[in-house]
Amino acid sequence: MQQPELIPHLFRTEYRKIVAVLCKLFGIQHIEVAEDIASDTFLAASELWGLKGLPPNPVAWLYTVAKNKSKDYFKHHSIFLQKVAKEISYASDTSAEFDIDLSTKNINDSQLAMMFVVCHPCNPVEAQIGLSLSLLCGFGTDEIAGAFLSNRETIYKRLQRGKQKLREEKVEIMQPSPAEIDERLPAVLMTLYLLFNEGYYSAGNDEVLRKDLCLEAMRLTYLLVENAQTDKPAANALLALMCFQSSRFDARIDAQGELVLYEDQDATLWDNELIEQGKYFLNKAYTGNAVSKYHLEAGIACLHTIQEDSPEKWEDILQLYNQLLMIEYSPIAALNRTYALARANGKKEAIAEAEKINLAGNHLYHSLLGWLYTDVDDQQAIHHLQTALQLAKTPNDKKLIAEKIRKLKG
Amino acid sequence: MKDFLFVFRMDQSQMPKMSPDEMQANTKRWMDWIGSIAAQNKLTERGNSLASGGKVVKPNNVITDGPYTEIKETLGGYSIVKAENLDEAAELAKGCPGLLTGGSVEVREINVM
Repeated sequence: MQQPELIPHLFRTEYRKIVAVLCKLFGIQHIEVAEDIASDTFLAASELWGLKGLPPNPVAWLYTVAKNKSKDYFKHHSIFLQKVAKEISYASDTSAEFDIDLSTKNINDSQLAMMFVVCHPCNPVEAQIGLSLSLLCGFGTDEIAGAFLSNRETIYKRLQRGKQKLREEKVEIMQPSPAEIDERLPAVLMTLYLLFNEGYYSAGNDEVLRKDLCLEAMRLTYLLVENAQTDKPAANALLALMCFQSSRFDARIDAQGELVLYEDQDATLWDNELIEQGKYFLNKAYTGNAVSKYHLEAGIACLHTIQEDSPEKWEDILQLYNQLLMIEYSPIAALNRTYALARANGKKEAIAEAEKINLAGNHLYHSLLGWLYTDVDDQQAIHHLQTALQLAKTPNDKKLIAEKIRKLKG
Repeated sequence: MKDFLFVFRMDQSQMPKMSPDEMQANTKRWMDWIGSIAAQNKLTERGNSLASGGKVVKPNNVITDGPYTEIKETLGGYSIVKAENLDEAAELAKGCPGLLTGGSVEVREINVM
């Protein structure tokens, strides 16, 4: 990799590791010091590497500089040191010379601990995701604003408030106890799930950024699964879901950058390795009796990796959607369930069910009815598709619906 | 929206006659029906089915086996749904698969204590 791409790449992979290790060392009160030291390290790299060329081992160079900058910081901020040294358990006897452990194990432990800090229930969910992107994924404020379709100032304030809240609550950065894991794991998984969805479904145009969001979510979920204490069925189920979904990442987008519908996807573009990994984690997810919504969604996504249609496949999908809705209602699950119902039990029953669903303001609802009435009552189908066309917001959605109307009027 | 309890009663004499295939089809009908209520965002709690057999405790510490010795219909299970009023709740109960095998649904508004 050439130097111009290498620094942003290393920033993405190493910044968050340095931040996690330093945060864990300094405590939540000094989160900004950790961020400053990590930023300064990269600033030094971009200055020096430009002048002198790349060091033989850039990652080791970054770690060494981060360690030295931390020690410098302590020398110049003796008050800080006195305060922090008390908190640094293994360094309390050697005030100035302590080791900053940037081993893989400590990096993973620190990131895992940070995940449970960032998902502390004192912050609302949007703040938890924002902080995850910032502190765990090394995303800049602009990138987070891009992912949330928000502006820089809003995100900046949200992050500041989130960190402030963590300080006020004096949240400790440490390996979570089994009780804390049970209590906070649902929030951690929810954050990772939303993080992934942000990348997979968001309307933002930056394809590279969106793929990065998905990869980050998978990497962090993998961290949970790798750790014996957090290797819980629901975490495995979530990772399985992410594997299945991302196996279709490349097939979803055509050469012009437009979304390709599932039915029209070229299955040879699906990533079989990810599908296999998904099956492995889904298997692991079924070790206990607990069935989470991630189990059900992963099960559905797994069935969607079988491209052949069969009555059994759609029956299984229908039952998974039934169970999913019993756990948690969402409009999209209700619509998908009705589609599966049509495929499993026939359009007549599905039309009757669709008429009971109260989602008249949703363009997807009318698109579904348009599909259900096609070949049953084409006039009704056109009527619903025209309503869908009026309600649709993105140009791509409008184009797809207009195309369907044109075919029906054919 | 208020919560309503569905109490499912079933005709015990009908159940043993089902073949395994019929049992499976029956389960599917139940899942599809509860799924339908859930898809309308009107399910509060899917509830549970009740095991057959039970005991009834009466005054003077008299304990008898199961209620089914005295009435033809036994309690099979319960769910909790959301509806604007009793009529709407009763309308939701119309699709209950238990009705096809001689059962009934009792619909009762839940008064929150």
